[in-house]
Amino acid sequence: MIENKQVNKIYKMGEIDLRVIKDLNLRIDHGEFVAIVGPSGSGKSTVLNLIGCLDKPSDGKILIEGVDVTQLNTTDLANFRGKNIGFIFQSFNLIPVLNVYENIEYPLIMIQNLPKEQRHERIMQLLKEVDMLEQKDKFPDQLSGGQRQRVAIARALVTKPKIVFADEPTANLDTKTSNQIITLMRNIQKEFNTTFIFATHDEKIVTAVDRIITLVDGVITSDKRIQS
Amino acid sequence: MKNIIKMSFRNLLRSGRRTILTASLITIGVMFVLIYAALSGSFKAYMISQVTDSMLGHIQIHKKGYIASVDNLPLDKNINKKQLEKISALLKQNNYIESYTLRLKLSAMFSNYTASTGIRLNGIDPINEAKTLPLFSQRLNTQKASILKEGEILVPELVAKGMNVKKDDTIVLVATNQKGSVNGLNFRVSGSIEPISGPGGRDGYIHINDVKKLLRLKSTQVSEVVIRLKNVKHLQKVMQDLQPLLAIKNQKGKAVFEIHSWKKLTPFYNIVKMLDIMDISIKIILISIVLISVLNVMIMSVYERIKEIGTIAAMGTTPSTITKLFLSEGLMLGIFGTLLGTLLSYIFVFLINMIGIRFSFGRQSDLVLNPSLQTNEVIVVGVIVIIISLVASISPARKASKLNPVDALRQN
Repeated sequence: MIENKQVNKIYKMGEIDLRVIKDLNLRIDHGEFVAIVGPSGSGKSTVLNLIGCLDKPSDGKILIEGVDVTQLNTTDLANFRGKNIGFIFQSFNLIPVLNVYENIEYPLIMIQNLPKEQRHERIMQLLKEVDMLEQKDKFPDQLSGGQRQRVAIARALVTKPKIVFADEPTANLDTKTSNQIITLMRNIQKEFNTTFIFATHDEKIVTAVDRIITLVDGVITSDKRIQS
Repeated sequence: MKNIIKMSFRNLLRSGRRTILTASLITIGVMFVLIYAALSGSFKAYMISQVTDSMLGHIQIHKKGYIASVDNLPLDKNINKKQLEKISALLKQNNYIESYTLRLKLSAMFSNYTASTGIRLNGIDPINEAKTLPLFSQRLNTQKASILKEGEILVPELVAKGMNVKKDDTIVLVATNQKGSVNGLNFRVSGSIEPISGPGGRDGYIHINDVKKLLRLKSTQVSEVVIRLKNVKHLQKVMQDLQPLLAIKNQKGKAVFEIHSWKKLTPFYNIVKMLDIMDISIKIILISIVLISVLNVMIMSVYERIKEIGTIAAMGTTPSTITKLFLSEGLMLGIFGTLLGTLLSYIFVFLINMIGIRFSFGRQSDLVLNPSLQTNEVIVVGVIVIIISLVASISPARKASKLNPVDALRQN
C-alpha cells in the first residue's frame, strides 16, 4: 500500500523555487491498476519518481508498505527499490551488453542475489509469460520496440515487486504493440496482484485502468475509479 | 563478484577499439619498464662484477682511519699480526665468504735508471689475489699464467708508458719504512696493468714478501683485507656478521678496525644509483601513462553510460555495487595490459638474448649484454600498474555511484 501525506516537491531554478508538487495526498492499495494523467509539466513523472523512491520530497511523508521511505538513506532506498519496486521505462532502458535472458536475470543477481536454479526457473516462467522464450539469447539491438518492452516488463517483474511503475510505457510503440503490452500488463496484474502505476498520455492505457488520477500543475484535480 | 566481473568485461568489449588502445598504452608502458630494467640490470651487474672482481672485492677491512688517509698510504695504520689473527678467525668461520686476500700497500720511488717517479704499490699474495679477484688477470697486459712472482713488478700502464719500461726490463724501487730507513731493491717488469676507477685503481703490484724486504719488516702486517663473497646478495648479512670486529677497541676506547663494502669504495656506485634513479623515473612515467589513460577511458565510460547507470540504480543497484562495476573495469584494463606487456617483454628479452647486444668496456671488447627479467621486478611493475589502474578508476566510479537516478534517467 502507498500513502502520501502532504507531499511537496520544490525545485530550485536559480533564485526561484519551483513548486511542482503541491500538498499531495494520495493512497494506492494493493493490486490497483492506476494511471496518473495530465498535461505535460503537470508533475506526473515527478509523482512517479517520488513514490517510486527515486527522488525525495521537499517535505511530507511517503509510506510504502508501512515504511517511511523519506527517512531512508541512498543505500537503503536502493535496497528497498530492489525488493519492492519494478520500473518500466518509455525507452525500455535495457542493458545493451546483456542478452534478453541476462537482462531479466540482472536484478536477481546484482540486487537479490538469488541462487542459479531459482533464477532460471523464475526467468523461464516470465519469458513464457511475455512470449519471449525464443528470443532469450538475443541482444537488445536485435529486438523490435515491442519485444524490448516485453523484456523490460519481465525484468521489472522478475524480483516479484509489490509495485510496478511505468513511465509512458507505450509512447515508443505502435498501436497494435501498445495494446498487446497493455494486455500483458493487465494479465500480470491480475495473476500476481501486482500494483501497476502508470504516468501516461496514452488513451489506450487510460481506457484500460481501474483508476485515473488527474494532475494539473502539481495538484490532483480528479481521482476517478472506473468500474470494469 | 563473478557477475560484476562479467558485466565489466562486457562493458569493456562494448568499446572494443578504445579498450584495445588503452590496454595497448599500458602494455607498451609495462614493456618499456621491464625491458629497460632487464637491460640496465644486466649492464649494472656486469659493471659491478667488473669493479668488485678485478680490484675491490666485495668487502674490505682496514685499520680505523686508513681510508681517510688512503692517498698517503700510511704505514702506521697497518693491521698487525695479532689483529690479523682476530680477523682471519672471524672470516674462516663465515660460510658466505668465498675467499680473502691480504694487501700491504706503500708509496715508493720508481726508477728506470735514467728517471724516477712516485709510485703506489700493492704487495699481494698472487694466489689469494687471483682467487679473491677472478677478473684481476684480465687487467694485465701479459700472457703469463702466473700473475706475479717474487722479484717481479706489475707496473701501472701510465707509469710504464711515461717511464718507457717494457716487460722484462729491470727497475729499482726505493721506499722509506716507518722508522725512516730507506731501502732499494731491483725488480723485473712482469707486465703492465690497466687502470680502473676508484681508490687503488692506478697502483702497481709486487709480491707481499718483496714489500716486507723493501720495508725491512720483521713481523707480519697488512694494509687491507679484501673479501670475496660466494654471492654478492649476502653483502648485508656478512657486513652484519663482521660487526664484532668493530666492537674491538684500543686502549683509548676507540674502534680498531673499519669495514667498507664495495659501494663505499668506488665512485661507480654513484652510476649504479643513477641507473636506479632512472629506473624510478621510468616507473613514474609508466604510472602517469596508466593513470591518465585509465582515468580518461573510465571518465568517458561514465559519461556514455549515464542513462544505463540511472536504470540499474533505479532497479535497486546500490551505490557500492555501481562503484565495484567501474572499479573492476579499470582493474581489468590494468590486468590485461600488464599480462600482455609482461608476456611481450619476456619474448623481447628472449629475442635480445638471441641476437646478442655487444659492447666494449675498458680493455675488453665484444662483451655481450645478457638481460633477464627478474621475477620480483615483474611483480613490482605488475602490482604498481594494477594498483594505479584501480586508483585511476576510483574518481569515475564514485561519480557514477553518486549519480541521482532521476537526473541520470533524463539523459539521452
